[in-house]
Amino acid sequence: MPFALLKYALAGEHPDNPHFRWSPDLKSTYDVIVIGAGGHGLAIAYYLAARHGITNIAVLDKGWLAGGNTARNTTIIRANYLTPEGVRFYKESVELWRGLSNELDINLMYSERGHFTLAHTDAALRTARWRAEVNKHLGVDSEVIGPDDIARICPTMNVSDDVRYPILGALYHPPGAIARHDAVAWGYAKEAIRRGVDVFTQTPVNKIIVENGRAVGVETNKGPVYAGKIVQAVAGSSSEVARMAGFRLPITTIPLQACVSEPVKPILDQIVVSGSLHVYISQSARGEMVMGSATDPYGLYSTRSTLEFKEGLMSHMLELFPFMGELRVLRQWAGMADMTPDFSPVMGLTPVENYYIDAGWGTWGFKATPVCGLRMAECIATGRQPDLLKPFALDRFRSFDLVGEKGAASVGH
Amino acid sequence: MKILTCPINGPRNISEFVWGGEVKEMPDPATATDAEWSEYLFLDNNRAGEIFEWWLHAPTNTWFIAHRNTVTDVVLETMTVDTYFARRAKAERAEEEA
Repeated sequence: MPFALLKYALAGEHPDNPHFRWSPDLKSTYDVIVIGAGGHGLAIAYYLAARHGITNIAVLDKGWLAGGNTARNTTIIRANYLTPEGVRFYKESVELWRGLSNELDINLMYSERGHFTLAHTDAALRTARWRAEVNKHLGVDSEVIGPDDIARICPTMNVSDDVRYPILGALYHPPGAIARHDAVAWGYAKEAIRRGVDVFTQTPVNKIIVENGRAVGVETNKGPVYAGKIVQAVAGSSSEVARMAGFRLPITTIPLQACVSEPVKPILDQIVVSGSLHVYISQSARGEMVMGSATDPYGLYSTRSTLEFKEGLMSHMLELFPFMGELRVLRQWAGMADMTPDFSPVMGLTPVENYYIDAGWGTWGFKATPVCGLRMAECIATGRQPDLLKPFALDRFRSFDLVGEKGAASVGH
Repeated sequence: MKILTCPINGPRNISEFVWGGEVKEMPDPATATDAEWSEYLFLDNNRAGEIFEWWLHAPTNTWFIAHRNTVTDVVLETMTVDTYFARRAKAERAEEEA
């Protein structure tokens, strides 16, 4: 085998990349330009091509394919939100996730694990009941369970009283799942490209050309490109890109840090989240413990990691899972989360005609990739805000009609 | 551990401070339209670069202003609220005279 590998490495010819056909040159005009080649941008391009027959699309990215928050999240997928608007939206996402490996013909390693949101206070338990009732009403499988049931389903968790924050109960959401995040972006890219979409990485947009309140094109490092419609899906850089189009957003960019432990044999089947302790954990298919915490305490355009984050995370984690004391941290990273005041995304139309936005995904973007792509594609193809996206329009901040989603990741309540 | 210098209490551990977001100019509440007021409340410049921002030293309840680069995370200067507003008023006067 090593000889075969060596021979392959020294060979002059290699087989074509099976996934992608990189487009050689940027055309001068497209029907749609998507700024940002992450999961969201690629999903928008895919659904425009697959569901609306629009294939003359360019997806542009400053960096590389899915190098932003698509590669920097903790891959948790769930629909157990608090507000009816949020639950409806993420429910459709979970339904799309379940068929996505087939649709994209790639193994996303979608794995339903069951999801606990732990409650350590009466207030948190009350919110859990509230969420369970809203979920059940809308057909999402959620229930509140006590410490005995938690211990039965997840025997590795420490449910004893002998800790700083004893567990009083949990919101249990059996459909909670994890998936292979890179494969999601590759799958959407592969199927979009197969339908004629052009994807360009290392192609920053330096200016958005707006004429008479109407977006008509962008300036890139490879020259100007004109388009009928433009959509931005750039997560942490949302405010800077929107500024080029001439409007401001209700967004602050704040780092969200995460880390994984060295891989071990399967010991934790479920996904465990605690809003009060600001921690979440699941075990990946590779055996690594994937862990995250709340966002950093102040705004920053950086993906650096801090000791404070790891100390805070581990102090709580060791109470929940004492066996974690044996494990070492293998890798750490951060993503730039675009946080909104109501913990809800901003999707759809903007003050600039023919310019659409997909932003404000803060700590809750990965799980929304399919539904956001599908509905944003509908929004762009029809030029109207789909019903499912109406509560998440940018306009809601002008009319004081905020969503107030406190079921978002690690939001204390 | 990051150290932030409070203009009143001197250099202290960052964990003693609470971030208050960027400094925005408040429209006159008596005359502002709903649109102006909602913009002031919700919209942020969120610049990647040097900004002026509010910080609170929580143990002493001291609000002050920091001049910080949001890309490099370098704090260029911290000042009392009075200093910041005096400086801003001076800059505005200089602009009017020019």
